[in-house]
Amino acid sequence: MSANLQRGYNALKEVLDAPIASYFSSCVHCGLCAEACMFYTESGNPKYTPIHKLEPLRRVWFQEATLAGKLMRLVGLAKPVTDELLAEWSPLVYDSCSLCGRCSMVCPVGNDIAYMVRKLREGMAASGNAPEGLVGASKRTVAIGSPMGVKWPAVQAQIRHVQKDTGLTVPVDQAGVEYLVLMSSMEIMNYPEYLAALTRIFHKAGASWTLASDAFEATNSGIQIGASDIAREIVMRIVNAAERLQVGTVVSPECGHAFTAIRWEGPNLAGRTFGFKVKHILEVLDELRRSGRLRTKGNKSIPMTYHDPCQIARRGGVVDQPRTLLQMVASDVKEMDEHGAMNWCCGGGGGVSANERAEPLKLKAFARKKAQIEQTGVKTLVTACANCRITLEEGLEHYGMNITVLGLTELIAESLDDETTSADGGAA
Amino acid sequence: MNATAMDLLIWARGTGFSLALAIALFGLTLRVFEILSLGRKHDFAPAREDSPGSGLRTVFSRSLPLPGMAQKSPITYFGGYVFHVGLLLVIVFFVPHIEAIRAVIGLSWPGLPTAVIDMVSVATLLALVAVLFDRRRNKVKRMLSGFGDYFAWGITFLPMVTGYLAFHHLVLDYTLMLAIHILSVELLLIALPFTKLTHVVTLFLARWYNGDWFGRRGIAS
Ligand code: SF4
Ligand code: SF4
Repeated sequence: MSANLQRGYNALKEVLDAPIASYFSSCVHCGLCAEACMFYTESGNPKYTPIHKLEPLRRVWFQEATLAGKLMRLVGLAKPVTDELLAEWSPLVYDSCSLCGRCSMVCPVGNDIAYMVRKLREGMAASGNAPEGLVGASKRTVAIGSPMGVKWPAVQAQIRHVQKDTGLTVPVDQAGVEYLVLMSSMEIMNYPEYLAALTRIFHKAGASWTLASDAFEATNSGIQIGASDIAREIVMRIVNAAERLQVGTVVSPECGHAFTAIRWEGPNLAGRTFGFKVKHILEVLDELRRSGRLRTKGNKSIPMTYHDPCQIARRGGVVDQPRTLLQMVASDVKEMDEHGAMNWCCGGGGGVSANERAEPLKLKAFARKKAQIEQTGVKTLVTACANCRITLEEGLEHYGMNITVLGLTELIAESLDDETTSADGGAA
Repeated sequence: MNATAMDLLIWARGTGFSLALAIALFGLTLRVFEILSLGRKHDFAPAREDSPGSGLRTVFSRSLPLPGMAQKSPITYFGGYVFHVGLLLVIVFFVPHIEAIRAVIGLSWPGLPTAVIDMVSVATLLALVAVLFDRRRNKVKRMLSGFGDYFAWGITFLPMVTGYLAFHHLVLDYTLMLAIHILSVELLLIALPFTKLTHVVTLFLARWYNGDWFGRRGIAS
C-alpha cells in the first residue's frame, strides 16, 4: 500500500459511523437515487448514479466494519481499495456531485448519500485525489485567508466604494455589536452590491453590525475538498473574531456552502457549541421584517421565480424566509415545479464550480435548471447565493438564454422604504 | 419416495426450521450490533427547534414516493409495493402460516380467505418477475446489480413459487413440495443477515438517521 493510499484508507476508516453503516447495509440497488440527480438525468450515464459514487467508501466499510467483509478480506476475496480505484473515482466524487442532497430525499431506504459523499472526500483528499482547482482554493484560504486569494485590502477598497455610494459608514472591528457580517470571495470580487445592500438595510433597521478584518471570508473550501483540518482552521478564524468582538450573531453570507460550513459543520469542527448564534442573512432579514425593522415599499410587477440554493433550503432549512421576503417586493412570483426542499441544484455547488475539470459536466447538468426556468416562463431569476448566481449566469449564457439573475438581498435593499430612518426604524 | 419426503418434511419443520431461525436472529442481531457499535459523533450544532421533520417521521414517510418520482420509475415503485405488500400478506395472513407461527410464539390471529391469498400470491409472483426484468432492462439497475442482487431475488422468489405449487398440488408430490417450500424459507432466513435483504431490519435505522439529520436542520425528509 502506498503512503498516500494508506492515508486515504485510514481517513475513510476514521469517518465510518453508524449512519453510514446503516446506509450501506440497507441499499437495495433500486436505482431511484439516479432519478434524483441531475448529473445522471441530464447525461444519461449510469456511472453518475449517486450510490455508485461511494464505491471506495463502501469497500472500506465492508471490510472494516462487517464480520462477513473481514472474513472475506482474510481469504483475499474482498474487493480491494487501490490507488487506481481512488483515482478513477475522483471525478465521480468531486465533479459529479454538488452535495445537493436531492438523492438523500428520495432513497426509499433512507440513505443520506450526500452525507456519505462528503465523508468520502476526506479519504480522497488525504490520498491526494482531490482535483487541482479545489486544492489550490484550499491552499489559498489557509495562506491568504480566502479561496479566491482575496485579501483584506481588496475588502477595504470595496468598503470605500460602498461608503462613497451610500454615504453610510461600514463598521469594521467593532466590539459588542448585534451582527458580525461574513462575506464570500465571490461577493467581494463579483457582487459588490451585496455589501452595499447590507449596509443600507442594517442602517434602516437601526441594527448594529461590523465586519472583522481578520475574518471576513465565510466560504470554506476545506469542507468542499474534504480536509477537516483545513476546514477547522477556517472556521476558527471566524469563531475567534466573533468571540473577541463579543457579537450576538454571526451572519452567514448568501453563499449556501458557507452557511453549511459555519452553521452546521462549524461547531463540530470546533468541537463545541458556539457562544454566539449563527444565522443565514435571509433568516436575519426575515427576523428584521417580523419585528418591523425591515420595511419596503412598492412592488415590482415583473414576473420572477426563485432558485433555492441547496445548502440554504434542503440542507439548511431556510425555505419560507426567501419566499416571504420576495413577496414583500415582487407581486408576481411563479414557483418552479420542484422547489424548496426538492429544488434542483444549479450544478455548481460542493466545489464543482471551483473545479475546472468539471466544467463540461456542470454545463450539461445545468440543462435541468434550464428546463425548470423555461417552464415558469419568467425572465427574472432571483436567488440567494453568490456561487449559484455565477453558475446560473454561466449556464444561461452557455444556453443562450436571456434571463436576468438577481440577488435577493439586493432586491430587498432596492425597495427599502426611505421614509423611515434608522432612528425610528425600530419603533415605527 | 414418500417416506423420504416425509422425513425431509419433518426435519425441515423441526430441526431445520429452528436452526434457520437461530441463524437469522443471531445474524440480524450481529448486523445491527455492527452498525450501532460504530456510534455517531455528538452534533454540536444547535438543532432547529420548530422542525417539521424528525427521525421517526422519516421512518414512515419514506414508504411513500415523493411527487413525480413514481412516474420516473413506475416498475420500481409499483412492482416494489405489490411484492412487498404481497409478501407481507401471504406470510402473515395465510392460515397455515398463522398455525406455524402459533406453534413457535403461541400467538395467533384471523387469516385471510384462501381465494384472496391465492390472488395476492399470483400478483406477488408477477411483480417479482417484473422487477427482475426491470433490473436487466434499466441501465442504472443493471450496472448496480451483481451476484448478490440476483441471489437475493432468487431466494425471495423460491418460497413464493414453491408455496404456490404446493398449495395447488402442482408439479411434485405435495409432501415433497411442502418440504422444499419450507427448506426454501429456511434458506431465505439464513441469507437474510448476509445479503441486501438485511434491509428489512436496517432500513429503520437508515431512515431514522436520515430523518434525524434533516429534522435537525428544519426539513421534513
Ligand atoms: S435509492 Fe437508495 S436503495 Fe436505491 S440504489 Fe440508491 S442508495 Fe440504494
Ligand atoms: S448530492 Fe446531489 S449531486 Fe450529489 S449525488 Fe446526490 S443528487 Fe447527485
